[in-house]
Amino acid sequence: MRRDRDAVPEALNLLDDRRPGQREAALALLDALERGASASPAGAAGAPRIGLTGAPGAGKSTLLDALVRALRDRNETVGIVAVDPSSRISGGALLGDRARVRAGAGDRGVFLRSMAARERLGGLADASWPSVAVLAAVFDRVFVETVGVGQSEAEVAGLVDTLVFVAQPGAGDVLQFMKAGILEHPDVFAVNKSDLGAVAERTASELQAALAMSARDATGWQRPVLLVSARDGRGVGELVAVLDSHRAHLVASGALAERRKRARSSFVLDALERRYGSFGIERLGGREAVRARLLAEPEGGGNAFGLGLAREIEAALGKSR
Amino acid sequence: MTLPRHDPPWVFRTYSGHTSARASNELYRLNLAKGQTGLSVAFDLPTQTGYDSDHPLARGEVGKVGVPICHIEDMQALFEGIPLDRMNTSMTINATAAWLLALYIAAAERQGADPKTLSGTTQNDIIKEYLSRGTYAFPPEPSLRLISDTIAYSVDALPKWNPINICSYHLQEAGATPVQEIAYAMANAIAVLDAVRARPDVPSEALPRVVGRISFFLNAGIRFVEELCKCRAMAELWDEITRERYGVEDATLRRFRYGVQVNSLGLTESQPENNIIRIVLEALGVTLSRDARCRALQLPAWNEALGLPRPWDQQWSLRIQQVLAYETDLLEYGDLFNGSPVVAAKVAELKSAAREEMERVLAMGGAVAAVENAYMKRRLVESQTARLRAIEHGELKVVGLNCFTETAPSALVEGAHSILRIDEFAERDQIEHLRAFRARRNDADVQAALTSLRDALASGQNVMPPSIRAAHAGATTGEWAGVFRSLYGEYRAPTGVAVSVAPAADEALTGLRQEMRRLGEVLGRPPKMLVGKPGLDGHSNGAEQIAVRARDVGMEVVYEGIRLTPEEIVSSARDEGVHVIGLSILSGSHGVLVVDVLDGLRKAGLERIPVVVGGIIPEDDAAKLREAGVARVYTPKDFNLNTIFGEIAQLVAESAAG
Repeated sequence: MRRDRDAVPEALNLLDDRRPGQREAALALLDALERGASASPAGAAGAPRIGLTGAPGAGKSTLLDALVRALRDRNETVGIVAVDPSSRISGGALLGDRARVRAGAGDRGVFLRSMAARERLGGLADASWPSVAVLAAVFDRVFVETVGVGQSEAEVAGLVDTLVFVAQPGAGDVLQFMKAGILEHPDVFAVNKSDLGAVAERTASELQAALAMSARDATGWQRPVLLVSARDGRGVGELVAVLDSHRAHLVASGALAERRKRARSSFVLDALERRYGSFGIERLGGREAVRARLLAEPEGGGNAFGLGLAREIEAALGKSR
Repeated sequence: MTLPRHDPPWVFRTYSGHTSARASNELYRLNLAKGQTGLSVAFDLPTQTGYDSDHPLARGEVGKVGVPICHIEDMQALFEGIPLDRMNTSMTINATAAWLLALYIAAAERQGADPKTLSGTTQNDIIKEYLSRGTYAFPPEPSLRLISDTIAYSVDALPKWNPINICSYHLQEAGATPVQEIAYAMANAIAVLDAVRARPDVPSEALPRVVGRISFFLNAGIRFVEELCKCRAMAELWDEITRERYGVEDATLRRFRYGVQVNSLGLTESQPENNIIRIVLEALGVTLSRDARCRALQLPAWNEALGLPRPWDQQWSLRIQQVLAYETDLLEYGDLFNGSPVVAAKVAELKSAAREEMERVLAMGGAVAAVENAYMKRRLVESQTARLRAIEHGELKVVGLNCFTETAPSALVEGAHSILRIDEFAERDQIEHLRAFRARRNDADVQAALTSLRDALASGQNVMPPSIRAAHAGATTGEWAGVFRSLYGEYRAPTGVAVSVAPAADEALTGLRQEMRRLGEVLGRPPKMLVGKPGLDGHSNGAEQIAVRARDVGMEVVYEGIRLTPEEIVSSARDEGVHVIGLSILSGSHGVLVVDVLDGLRKAGLERIPVVVGGIIPEDDAAKLREAGVARVYTPKDFNLNTIFGEIAQLVAESAAG
């Protein structure tokens, strides 16, 4: 599988194309990517996939900008998927990250694709997972940035290897986090705007205390709380080190392969549901039954993208006419 | 018979500069001979943003919107034959204000003038740059430091100089309501004064004098009664703030001093002769009330919406001022409005609302915080959106634009000759002179001067003395700014377009949304648009309104902001998989930069993506752009955005079918 940066835009366009004629080509591409992943230089693990989430105003874009600069200094190439919400009224979307993450301007080693969430509420787009798969095949590291509203932490956590929650310093926020259950999903917490001094440190300690009280991470990972100043660049080096460290932990504990499989299965399940409706999914026993079958697929198996399941559903629907 | 008492008139200025220092010098001397009493220097965009004329980002911009000043010899040429110890010069310069002031002082010294006699103003207001004009360079904190350095320096070394003009002019041009204009200007002034007050090198006894040197630059809109009340309200508020917050006891130091340029946003491209009337009425708003009269007045030309004014156009605007000051009896009377219950009520209403909005900004941490969290910018985008919609729906009447549009052929507009054309070799000549200058100067002196500038920055010393030394040594604008860039990096201000204001129900919008949905089916995904501004022009309001409307009609729009190179625009179009590109340029560099974008798209195999261009573009330039491959050119007369998006939808449909 060639790591061809020039082929990326067309691939992403294809994966975002809802026209019936394009679906087969899109699935074929995804299939080739899956097979190619095991042959890639980074091994089956492939490029690390990192999510950035957090409330608007926390400084995710500024932090991402700083991370990109730091990684480029280390000669790593970076792919980014930036998701913004769509207007429920007009169906349109203002995709503003390109204006904010300027680190990649004029640099072929950085790729940024802006995406609208469209009908999805959780902060991702339907095309997010396949786009990440494409970028992970071509770039050394992939970021997904999304607006932290509602259930987006759960969605993004299901898509990436490492989820970073960017917090804004301020009183009362940590309580909100705990109430909303936001603390469960992230692997790393970054309190931004550390240049504000005491108020940032206080938020960091509150987060640490709250984490100590919540359920431990299933893989045994100690979830760190970092102080960063995206604007001044402070703490960014430490954050990169933590990301590398979590990645190593996931590989060593075998959790990475599990996460990847779950992410792919969620995408396929959603795609099948979009195409055939819940009625179609019921023909195969319901969402959890389908998910279980997808998870049980062996690596590199022919049904990785649900083509076999799709045919079963069509047959079942055909019979019931 | 005793003559009636006569106030001296305000200073008559005309904002000007173009092509080269020598050409601008000729224009200044011409205007001074016609009775102008002060100068107002317009600098080109590379000079305003800290780039030399031969920098890649300067391409297409040199000498277009103002004069290029790269070094001391340019500055000397600009004021050749103009004794600086007797002239009053306003310099519209912000990010690089400290540098241009250093050059001005050095040029004066070389004329043999004593810097203590220098009169004039450096605009030096970075906050409004982040909010509307876009010619900032560095982030807010170091920019405020530069501002307070110039103020602290001027207080003793340049006692007749106004080191800063707190600007509300640009806020109105960006759509601000009178209340917003007042509130944000005051919040801005407070941010600056707080920064200066905190300096260890400014003793508290000097503070009242510092406060006394703060002056403002206002806008005067067509609703001239409200504008008159706005100026009175600002005068009263400033008196309160300087007394209560800064403890200034001397009433003369609390006086609200301001210069004005009257509104340009409302000047029309259609029936442009009507603009003269608008300009006269707006001038009244800032001269009628003696107690709130401007100190200096700049009037735009009647043809500003068409392109750059010629000497005759500038002369006509100057004559307005002279007729008003010398032929009428305006200056013979005290204030005409003191005691008017109508004016008093309006002033009280404006003050109260402005104070509330100002408090809101202060509560967030002040003007800098309200820039960084995009609050003020969002408010301005909202106001502009509301204004645009009101024009589109005919609620806000603009004669000749959305009402009374039937017209006889204009006697004044003569096609290509109605505006000033910049010599196309201006850029090439300027670059040649710059390179010759660099070859002649003493590099060792320059390097030494830049090193001491960097040291002064790092050790917290005032940057003015080393900047003046660097000016004398022959440092260039790009080299001076380069020292700051190497320390503070490039900055991008928030765009403010993420407004959640839902558009009002609108038949045209519904139709457009349906069309965009249909296109989405044809394309396989919703139509995606790239909107950005190539080159150094930072006036992003138009581009922002386009981006917001694109979202409102159902497009997915990547708004990439300002200061983009043609290469970046092509990469973005390719990487983002857009279906149409919208470029906005108001600086006159469209001929070069748009063609560069088209060439880049062709080389990348993307020539099927339609490109539309918006800005201040004369008709024959528009024709050339269309010949080069631009699908549509939109100028200020195309105020109905729904019509524009109808055409964009059609372009996308055609490109999908083709």
